[in-house]
Amino acid sequence: MSKFKSKKDNALPAMNTASLPDIVFMLLFFFMVVTVMREDTLLIENILPVANQVEKLDKKYPISYIYMGQPAKGYEKFGEAARIQLNDKFAEISEVQSFINAERLALREEMIPYLTVSLKVDKDANMGVVMDVKQELRKANALKINYTTGTGDVSQNMD
Amino acid sequence: MAKRAAPEVNAGSMADIAFLLLIFFLVTTTIPKDSGIPRKLPPIDDTEQDVIIKEKNVFTVLINNKDQLLVEDQVMELKDVRPAAIAFLDNGGDGSCSYCKGKRDPKSSDNPDKAIISLKNERETSYAAYISVQNELVAAYNTLRNIRAKEIGPKRGFAEMDFVEMETNLKDPKFNGNKEKLKDLVDQIRTEYPEKLSEVQ
Repeated sequence: MSKFKSKKDNALPAMNTASLPDIVFMLLFFFMVVTVMREDTLLIENILPVANQVEKLDKKYPISYIYMGQPAKGYEKFGEAARIQLNDKFAEISEVQSFINAERLALREEMIPYLTVSLKVDKDANMGVVMDVKQELRKANALKINYTTGTGDVSQNMD
Repeated sequence: MAKRAAPEVNAGSMADIAFLLLIFFLVTTTIPKDSGIPRKLPPIDDTEQDVIIKEKNVFTVLINNKDQLLVEDQVMELKDVRPAAIAFLDNGGDGSCSYCKGKRDPKSSDNPDKAIISLKNERETSYAAYISVQNELVAAYNTLRNIRAKEIGPKRGFAEMDFVEMETNLKDPKFNGNKEKLKDLVDQIRTEYPEKLSEVQ
């Protein structure tokens, strides 16, 4: 046992990790800011088609979402055909109007005419269900719609 | 008495806690991709009167249940829809449209104001095909409007801007330019090439 430790230590000095929390916190804040919690749990397949003549949906104005598509894995008992999903559950076509009215009730009165309905439709869904929903929206007088799509070239839609 | 310093809190696990939170947010993040093709549905009108529209002013697009396209009674590929629609809209058959560059074919549309695109689909048509065609038709309008914007834009002080950029600038609160003038210009181009896309139910 030597009284004096030799000054030369052969092992590498430990790296200073004091700034690691700072870096991690920085990343954390970034993700916290950009995170949007999923509003609805999807019960259907929902791969959106792509288009390139798109406009951004203005978040200033209220948006209601209507999802359409084939029931996802685990919900096969609801059949193979494309179904409508409103909020967190499957819905029938007749429920679209009351859904729109419920959405309107939640809004401030001056915002009601600006309500946009975003149709999130799976690309493999057929137009029948979309046409029915559009007709219901016309009946409910919710005429501003948006076919929500991804961005890309339309040739990708066909495969 | 010797002064004792307060013992330092061990901050070594802070990184772990931060990582935990970070991973949680990483997993739950969905970058929202909310953009799409905006459309206005026609209101339900009970007092429907028949408007007489000349056959030549209507450009019919039919998508059948196998996603095949029939444009003006001819089978067509998706990529040919856009040029065909542009040629139809920009035809200017009756000569009243001074800015049209089309062939002035008397068998095609009279002027962009009268030209109507009629889109028909069947119930079995896939949504992807429908959106693709919608996209091409909107693109046809946008192309014509862009050309027009490039023509008259510089005279109004909005050079280097096509119609789509004008529209985005108009919505952008950070845009520093004369918004009044820009709005007039956008409205003018919109009336020169009005979007008349009707869907058969």
